[in-house]
Amino acid sequence: MSSETEKILTTDGIPLEVSLKKAERKNKIKAFLLVAPLLFFLLITYIFPIGDMLMRSVDDKMVTEMLPKTFKSMEKWDGNEMPPEEVFEAFYLDFQKLVEEKRDGKLSTQLNYTKNGFKSILKKLRRKAKNFEEGNYKDQIMAVHKRWADVEYWRAIKRRAPAFTSAKYLKGMDMYKNEEGEIVSVEEDRRIHRVLWLRTLEIAFFVTLLCFLMAYPIAHLLATLPMKYSNLLMICVLLPFWTSLLVRTASWMILLQQQGVVNDFFVMIGLVADDNRPEMMYNKTGTYVAMTQILLPFMVLPLYSVMKTISPSLMRAGKSLGGTPFVTFWKVYFPLTIPGIGAGCLLVFILAIGYYITPALVGGASGTLISNQIAFHMKSTLDWSFASAMGLMLLAGVLAIYWVYNKLVGIDNIKLG
Amino acid sequence: MALPKYTEPHYRIWHYTYIFICTCVFFFLIAPLFVIFPLSFNAEEFLSFSEGMKNLDPDAFSLRWYKDMIYGTKNPWGLAAKNSFIIAIFATLGSVLLGTVAALGLSSRHMPYKGLIMATLISPMIVPLIISGVAIFFFMAKAGLAATHTGIVLAHIILGTPFVVITVTATLSGFDHSVTRAASSLGSDPVNTFMKITLPLILPGVISGGLFAFVTSFDEVVVVLFLAGLENTTIPIQMWTGLREQLSPTILAVATCLIILSTLILVTAELLRRRSERLRGINR
Repeated sequence: MSSETEKILTTDGIPLEVSLKKAERKNKIKAFLLVAPLLFFLLITYIFPIGDMLMRSVDDKMVTEMLPKTFKSMEKWDGNEMPPEEVFEAFYLDFQKLVEEKRDGKLSTQLNYTKNGFKSILKKLRRKAKNFEEGNYKDQIMAVHKRWADVEYWRAIKRRAPAFTSAKYLKGMDMYKNEEGEIVSVEEDRRIHRVLWLRTLEIAFFVTLLCFLMAYPIAHLLATLPMKYSNLLMICVLLPFWTSLLVRTASWMILLQQQGVVNDFFVMIGLVADDNRPEMMYNKTGTYVAMTQILLPFMVLPLYSVMKTISPSLMRAGKSLGGTPFVTFWKVYFPLTIPGIGAGCLLVFILAIGYYITPALVGGASGTLISNQIAFHMKSTLDWSFASAMGLMLLAGVLAIYWVYNKLVGIDNIKLG
Repeated sequence: MALPKYTEPHYRIWHYTYIFICTCVFFFLIAPLFVIFPLSFNAEEFLSFSEGMKNLDPDAFSLRWYKDMIYGTKNPWGLAAKNSFIIAIFATLGSVLLGTVAALGLSSRHMPYKGLIMATLISPMIVPLIISGVAIFFFMAKAGLAATHTGIVLAHIILGTPFVVITVTATLSGFDHSVTRAASSLGSDPVNTFMKITLPLILPGVISGGLFAFVTSFDEVVVVLFLAGLENTTIPIQMWTGLREQLSPTILAVATCLIILSTLILVTAELLRRRSERLRGINR
């Protein structure tokens, strides 16, 4: 167009098109500058550290850096027979350096993870190596202990050569790489992590379902009652919502304990015998009850805000066209509430899947979730790379749920508050 | 919810069942909070209702645990409360400042990559807290800010900004931009326009975002558990330790105070919400 007609010029003689673009760009930069402080703050303190978690979870440089010469000389070794003399010499030199720097303890811990039995033979090697003569290290090392003459142990060292490992992720799924390099599961009775993952999903699913079943009727009541009553009842939803999570958990601990109010009540109405009070806390029951009550407002609020927008005349129209109340509800009302159901379920499920505090306090051993395991490794075993790996697996799961939700319902359909 | 006279019996039954179910759910939601009140006035050391309390004997009630909360020598509640308020106030200020400015940029129609940037800004709200805790801990440890107030305040700013960004962008969505243009055309500079025109109009959104940020910080325990040292103990940390080790009635006294605080916050938040709804109603 512009080539055919004469270019429109601004008063400064610059073509309007150019001038407009310049102004546009200026506006873009202005808008971006407003967002920039928060964006950079979050990138540095939050997004990059999540990347750091990823690095930590696959990082296996420790051994790689401790035995640089060994791994270099091992490159040519095929791993079928005993390694050649140069590997032994390189290993001897690396090891002597570590002993001087007093880092051989770390090496033995690390190698022991890969194969049991390294600890004692490294100790022995350390003692004997002081008196080694120059040359022919192969025979000298092999003479220290019979395991040093076992090719399996040298293969185990070679397996630690790469600087990156997927071992932590495999461990999170109760799998490991065996000596042939195949990925296999650990024995049936040691699969603790799979049990935890499944339990986390199970609890998150049922808590979401329970919340939905309880929230739907009261959200409907709140949306249909006259304002003055619904505002009063809304307090019942909002007060727990604004109350500290720990306060709510504490109240459940008081209610559910063996001498607690709920058990007293059961005894009073004769449901259970006084000397046979059921254990309702420190197990799954406690986790279910407390989590459902704590997450319920997150289901009620989105449902309420959607139901509020549904005109009551639609139901009347449905009824006047001959639908029974049930049919009108199912064919007219329910489909209209689906965005609210989607938002509420997504919110509750994602909050439940990462729940930590409540399960840790009322869950006992059988009611804890994957988050508790992550915290345990962060604070007790200090295996931070494993905690990172499990955290990222959880994060991947959460992002996958968002993705699926976005495909099914569309993230824009979410209505909150 | 009175039923018309011609209602058929089985609908009548269904209606009363429905009301009954709703009553049960409301009871389930609110009742647990009210157990704490009477028990915090227990004269004895147990966490269940004593015979005296059931008979409403005045001697069975006392302010013992409240005294213990305030004057108890072994109790770190004073330090915890001080820390909690300091951290929450600074975290709220930080979140409101960063969040409001970012929301202004995000609401501009010139903003490039809006979706991606919005997703990044609200990600701390979406990512499970335990993961945020681990990531923030790694950063603070590297930056040498672990076990400092600064570190915890920064962590709470991270967790609090998404709420401010969301509430302020929501308020700005109903904002009539011609008023700021009018101000500029009358010779007002951008800062002046913001302070005199934009801010008063979006203030309800800013304050309710700030309330969310305050509550998030005041109630936050997962991230603080990773970050706090002995000096930085907060009320949630003390409650957490108390609940794990031994449930003393002093915790119930603290919990009662917290419920009163949350009631105040709830009332403020509701008043603000109604005000902003009214304002938006006029705009329409």
